[in-house]
Amino acid sequence: MSLLRHISRGLRGLFIQGSKDAEIAAEVQQYFDEAVAAGIERGLTRDEAERVARAEIGNLAPVREQVRSYGWENAVRTWMMDLRYAMRQLRRNRGFAAVSVITLALGIGASTAIFSVVNPILLSPLPYPSPSRLMMIWNTYQGARFELSFATYRELLARNRSFESMAVFDSGDGLGNATLQGNGLPERLEGQRVSWNYFQVLGVSPSLGRDFQASEDIFHGPKVAILSDRLWQRKFQGDPRMIGRSIRLDGENYTVIGIMPRSFDNVLQPTTEIWMPEQFDVSQLTSGSFKSWEWINHLHIVGRLKTGVTHSQAVRDLAQIASTPIAEFPRPDWGSLKQGLILESLQDDLAQTIKPTLLAIMAAVVMVLLVACVNVVNLLLARHTQREGEFAVRTALGASRGRVLRQLVTETLLLAVLGGLAGIAVAFAGVRALVSLSPPGLPRIEAISLDPAALGFALAVTTVIGLLTGLFPVVGGSRTELNRALSRSSGRTAGGRGVALRALVVTQVALAMILLVSTGLLLHSMRRLLNVDPGFNPNHLLTMVVHTSGPEYLPVSQDPRPAFAARFRFYQQAIEAVRRIPAVREAGFGIPLPLSDDPSFLGQADVQFEKDGPRGVRRSLRFGISPQFCQAMGIPLRSGRFLDERDKASAPFSALISESLARNEFPHEDPLGKRFHLGGTEGAWYTVVGIVGDIKRTSLAVNEPEAVYTDFRQSWAVESPLSFVIRTSGDPALVANAVKNAIWSVDPNQPIVRVITMERMIVSSEAERRFVLILFAAFGSVALVLAAVGIYGVLSGSVNDRMREIGVRAALGASRRDILELILRDGLYLAAVGMCIGLAGAAASSQIMQSLLFGISRLDPLTYVGVLLLLTAVAAIACAAPAWRASRVDPSVTLRAE
Amino acid sequence: MNDSNTDVIQGTLDMLILKTLSLEPMHGFGISRRVEQITRGVFKVNPGSLLTALQRLERAGWLDAEWKQTENSRRAKIYSLTRAGRKQLEVEAADWNRRAGAIARLLKAEI
Repeated sequence: MSLLRHISRGLRGLFIQGSKDAEIAAEVQQYFDEAVAAGIERGLTRDEAERVARAEIGNLAPVREQVRSYGWENAVRTWMMDLRYAMRQLRRNRGFAAVSVITLALGIGASTAIFSVVNPILLSPLPYPSPSRLMMIWNTYQGARFELSFATYRELLARNRSFESMAVFDSGDGLGNATLQGNGLPERLEGQRVSWNYFQVLGVSPSLGRDFQASEDIFHGPKVAILSDRLWQRKFQGDPRMIGRSIRLDGENYTVIGIMPRSFDNVLQPTTEIWMPEQFDVSQLTSGSFKSWEWINHLHIVGRLKTGVTHSQAVRDLAQIASTPIAEFPRPDWGSLKQGLILESLQDDLAQTIKPTLLAIMAAVVMVLLVACVNVVNLLLARHTQREGEFAVRTALGASRGRVLRQLVTETLLLAVLGGLAGIAVAFAGVRALVSLSPPGLPRIEAISLDPAALGFALAVTTVIGLLTGLFPVVGGSRTELNRALSRSSGRTAGGRGVALRALVVTQVALAMILLVSTGLLLHSMRRLLNVDPGFNPNHLLTMVVHTSGPEYLPVSQDPRPAFAARFRFYQQAIEAVRRIPAVREAGFGIPLPLSDDPSFLGQADVQFEKDGPRGVRRSLRFGISPQFCQAMGIPLRSGRFLDERDKASAPFSALISESLARNEFPHEDPLGKRFHLGGTEGAWYTVVGIVGDIKRTSLAVNEPEAVYTDFRQSWAVESPLSFVIRTSGDPALVANAVKNAIWSVDPNQPIVRVITMERMIVSSEAERRFVLILFAAFGSVALVLAAVGIYGVLSGSVNDRMREIGVRAALGASRRDILELILRDGLYLAAVGMCIGLAGAAASSQIMQSLLFGISRLDPLTYVGVLLLLTAVAAIACAAPAWRASRVDPSVTLRAE
Repeated sequence: MNDSNTDVIQGTLDMLILKTLSLEPMHGFGISRRVEQITRGVFKVNPGSLLTALQRLERAGWLDAEWKQTENSRRAKIYSLTRAGRKQLEVEAADWNRRAGAIARLLKAEI
């Protein structure tokens, strides 16, 4: 009750300020009047009574003040007064306020935005129960992570002692995709084929309906599907009666058995809309032949460790299994696990490729934030120096040191809060921009938003900056002796705080230097990378991915050949239709498409040349192609002939090999006419009929020059989907629709996706580097501008302080040139010290971004010299204005002003 | 200034006000004069402290305040004790007596 009264009275006091003041005044006056009246009663005259009362009570004003200062509302009122004063101060110095707020906003906004992106990827735990026990298990190929086969999965499942459960799923990249028919146009859905316990391993379950059961994950098992909440809402209006209903996928009926909750974040393949069981054929594992889908390395394994089992225990367990094959689980060459297995926590696994990038960006943004803070501290320091007189007067009039301090902290906090608010706006825009700019491989993009943690981060940063910048100058400043400050109307000395200011500017220049060097190195890398010859001609080249959808194309039966034949027929007819388009010069299809995001397990094959014997197996790229594929791609023929219509299924098997493979395998012989086995040590011999140039497969930065090319008609499988490559006479983008229509004229039900010109594909294959480059360029330029502002600010302040000194120098005969030089030298000296420190910093920090560089040393002298020149130029410009002003000082005016 | 006049002992002002008002409702100056009279001038109340204390006690719910006409037809803010205030007075008085007794015993023992 009394608390309520406190609050209500306080509020009344705050908002009806006038009436409360009047009441206090009236009560004090009345007290005085009563005292006078009491005096008169005692027989004094009115004058005497008043004198006595006054002597006793004293001046009424301090009494009123004392009474008024009671209550919490009074603290609020003082604070509001401080705030109002602070706002007036900022309004009066609009330039200062604007520069500080913008600086802070950029710094805080950028760091918050980056933190928002980094947080879900690197820091916050995955949205599953005990996420730290979730692990990814990988095959190893030359030290890198690689897919596994169903056979390996079964072996690990049976033999491991570390995992509570283990699930397998398709490697993404469209293998589980399916076309939804009925309900209007056929729509390609992103699907994921998973083993029945996939959701169980993750620790999630459908919000409606049920999970898969083991009995459904068998060969020819029931056709069942689980939908994502998004698909359920989008296509079926969230109708709960969908459970148990049938939908048509790829020409077959599937029963919907469950809907995943909306909150489910499928981090392993975030855009999945539908899940279906893998339904592998276990009998293939004991058939004695390795030629079935069950043996192909195309799967990923996620496992949940038993409670209490550590990562290293599990690693030892897996290594032991990998190194001791047993008869019960035969292994083909490509599944021998000879190079071991890789075990990584799911979180690290997701972040693996992007982690160095994110760390580099984090480092950069922290530097920008630092530069921004330094700038604000700088500005505040400079201003406090100017305001020394004001503080001295306040102290002389009786303000305590604490009171002055409070005023200053209020002012800087106000700045910080304004900067923070603007920063949050910047962060909102920044997160959006980052998500839209982000490279395709960025994990957990769904979870990226300006989250409360990031907001908290921004506010914490704001507050700390506010307090630090508020206190920093005060600690240095309030101790100023009153007399000295009061007596000083214009600076005669460059005070001690000049040193602090200078140190800050040096820091700024150093940080800007580091950022700019990084940007320069990335820029060079990017340029070199895009100048790398891909080995084919990307101009006038249109590419697209063409799917086959329908049961006749699915190799599910014991004999997959009819399905492969059907696929080939369709692709053959489609490419012939495409070739009839007038603007098309050459067209072919193949897999994998160079520099595309085709999954890495496609296009890896073991090649064994006749002369090497059965032990001479080497891993090589393998391209399945149609006639004209190489011609359309513009891959040059070095000798022999291309594959063509002659290389039918009934003809002797022919192949092309790349010139690097030819050189490495046959350094002293003619490779033409030599023979090799593909995918093992048995089967048909392929005869080399031609040698073609090397090409880049996964990225311009990766060298994998050894490759073989075979025709689909002479392969055991025809993959689907395949990429079409079409060389056009004009702009390839203009032909895209005609090509699509030509393919659909053969079969209108086949989905065509990723229609993109090769030139664009090359650019997007370097999206991650580009992403980092854009950010670094942005951060670098911000830092450069801030550093320039910093130099300008300090020099400008120093010229103000030294006005009298300059006047004296001018009066004693220093020429304008001398003074110009004096100030310029001062500024450039600071810049030079900063650049020296920055040089060392850049050399050290470029190590972080080693993995992002290409074809350039991280100590590339050209970049370093270029940045030095740029910084020097900018520093000179920043120094020029104050120096010019100093050189215009009229001694007669300055000296008389004292 | 008269040296024999002492400021009110720290922390006892509230009790003095409550005690004074327990006799009859009165205004600020009235309280001050009554305290001086009863203590025979030992305690002199500073008007600033008194009026502040009155505000505090009112907020605590121990006093009611109202602007009224006094007997000599001047308007004054008259304070009166509430029920809670009376209880508080008992508590403070008991507390004070306990302390004063303890101090008195201590002083006696020293002699």
